[in-house]
Amino acid sequence: MQLTGAQALIKSLEMEDTEVIFGLPGGAILPVYDPLIDSSIRHILVRHEQGAGHMAEGYAHATGRPGVAMVTSGPAATNIVTPLCDAYMDSVPLVVITGQVAYSSIGTDAFQEADTTGITMPVTKHNWLVTDASEIPQVVREAFHVATTGRPGPVLIDLPKDVANQTMEWYWPDDVDLPGYKPTTKGHPKQIKEAARLMGRASRPVIYAGGGILKARAAEALRELAELTGIHVVTTLMARGAFPDDHALGLGMPGMHGNYTAIAALQQSDLLIALGSRFDDRVTSKPDTFAPDAKVIHVDIDPAELGKVRRPDVPIVGDCRIVIEELIKAVRADREKREWADTSDWDTKLDGWQRDFPLRYTQEEDGPLKAQYCIERLRDLSPDDTIVASGVGQHQMFASQYWHFNYPYTWINSGGLGTMGFAVPAAIGAKVGKPERTVWAIDGDGCFQMTAQELVTASAERIPVKIAILNNAYLGMVRQWQELFYEERYSEVYLSPDLPDYVKWAEAMGCVAFRVDTPEDVTPTIEKANAIDDRPVVIDFRVDYREKVYPMVPAGGSNDDVILGPEFDQPEAIQ
Amino acid sequence: MTTNGTHHILTVLVENKFGVLARIAGLFSRRGYNIFSLAVSPTEDDKFSRMTIVVDGQSTPIEQVTKQLNKLIPVVKVTELTAPAAVERELMLVTVKATTEFRSHVTELAAIFEAKILDVGFESMTLMVAGLPDRLDAVTDLLTPFGIVELQRTGRIALPKLARTQPRLRAVKNKTA
Repeated sequence: MQLTGAQALIKSLEMEDTEVIFGLPGGAILPVYDPLIDSSIRHILVRHEQGAGHMAEGYAHATGRPGVAMVTSGPAATNIVTPLCDAYMDSVPLVVITGQVAYSSIGTDAFQEADTTGITMPVTKHNWLVTDASEIPQVVREAFHVATTGRPGPVLIDLPKDVANQTMEWYWPDDVDLPGYKPTTKGHPKQIKEAARLMGRASRPVIYAGGGILKARAAEALRELAELTGIHVVTTLMARGAFPDDHALGLGMPGMHGNYTAIAALQQSDLLIALGSRFDDRVTSKPDTFAPDAKVIHVDIDPAELGKVRRPDVPIVGDCRIVIEELIKAVRADREKREWADTSDWDTKLDGWQRDFPLRYTQEEDGPLKAQYCIERLRDLSPDDTIVASGVGQHQMFASQYWHFNYPYTWINSGGLGTMGFAVPAAIGAKVGKPERTVWAIDGDGCFQMTAQELVTASAERIPVKIAILNNAYLGMVRQWQELFYEERYSEVYLSPDLPDYVKWAEAMGCVAFRVDTPEDVTPTIEKANAIDDRPVVIDFRVDYREKVYPMVPAGGSNDDVILGPEFDQPEAIQ
Repeated sequence: MTTNGTHHILTVLVENKFGVLARIAGLFSRRGYNIFSLAVSPTEDDKFSRMTIVVDGQSTPIEQVTKQLNKLIPVVKVTELTAPAAVERELMLVTVKATTEFRSHVTELAAIFEAKILDVGFESMTLMVAGLPDRLDAVTDLLTPFGIVELQRTGRIALPKLARTQPRLRAVKNKTA
């Protein structure tokens, strides 16, 4: 069967079970948009290429399947660099297809030419420039394989226009040909045995669960391990939902804005069981003062993470789910051989911290509206398995702190790169992947203004996402830092609460929109929003700009010096 | 060019595809690692190339470099060699001033260092020297007073030192039938 390169590309995507492409056509990718008309694949026409990338990320986060985005060459390719970098930092499987000028024109500074493979080399797991149409099925097969196996990540296929127009004899490869790519998934049995032995000897053990748990579909295994051993679990920003917040062994989020118990548990631990986490600076603060007494078991599928920040005592390269399942067996075997150390003092200490230092804020009945209150009401009035997407800043931290994440794949955010504007398109992508679920984007006013135009996409494509703008009229997190660390010298952080008019703007984009100014309006408005199921909804919550995110570990400080904020008498350093 | 023996040699077997050198060079620059020297050539199998990368073992986290290199899809194998565990050689071409007055001095040096005279001009000549990098340094030092016009070195290439003893057989323990 003779196909054009463009037809072969669409057919290859179909072979990889692609159900949706987020994209925007243009000159160099035109040939591929023609056979798309006859394809079963749904295409979602975005308003900006960055939106396509973040939607594909949201889709991948929510479904576990690779997100696919397709855009043209030059400016379209550079516009999608941010989502690629975001996906690279957060290990999100993406397959991005970019058009390219004709192969014969490459290097001539042709119209809309950019060195896409060169530009995206540092932000993709791998990329390909297709030079002949006959390569297309092989490259697509390899691209999906690389994106979804090992440590997942974004890949990019750059397709020159003349290659898309060439004809080729159709085939579908049986296998990939990647001699340099063989991820290790099964942990070393001896190391796993040693890990179980250390767990049995530790009197202050903590499981430090990271995003790798979710990538490996290991939430159930993690729960089994925790319940079997009685070891408490902290879930990093990327792992919210990997372990239920309402579980007795759940300690919530550690890190710069983590809760006191999660931070203190890591600091005071004598054994960290790091599962799919990477000792990010937002968790460790100063690495040399982080968990000083702890031995470390570190499980990660990426060997380069082991010893990158903290030298593990027991390094295990492997897929989290497979390793945890083996670890459970090893723990059972170890327990038959010896008595495990008593951890009751430690459990008591953790309980005490949880009782004494919970997350706390004050919503006065007739006082200004608090962001935390809005999030708590959203949480309680929405279905248990609601998917929450967020942007980056104060609202993101409040959402991670105050939502109760009890199911995996219900929290979608930009962790590593910290991309403002992530929430709206990511929520749209998640809703496309999980249409039966309620999807709330909890966004800031600064973030919303970066990618709001994708609500036009949502309206046009009938994707009924819900957006809660926590509008404090400021770039809130920057304001918080300027207040605390720059002597209240506020520099370029004021945005205004009503310029733009978010309600009118949302309505202009085909959404239903509400404004909430007072605490008593919160509940009825959320109820109204939750009842709407045929179009996007936006609520503009006018929240108190003075509210700051606490607890807080100041940048460059040690976790021991976490500040609890005005709601508490500050305790001495953690000990 | 002298490394005081603290350098490490990474021999990197890569798929022979375009852009591979850029991927490797990009990895070194964006992670802040320094390349001391680099030599690239095809191997016995034309599907693969071998890169010999010399890095300073004291300022570079070798283990991280190796792991990061391994993450690149076209990288098939990374072998790390410390200076004592490797046989290393390098090639140098050098054009040196050699007027009639000094020509015999230069040829004498060339003979001592087993350098080949590749080209002779009216008042200069081009020598080729192969050998240990230190030896090339020595030749360079000795030629400098005559006036070096141009000099080019390939960067070192290396292979692991071979074992000189017979491998010992180990007893098999806990063997089940």
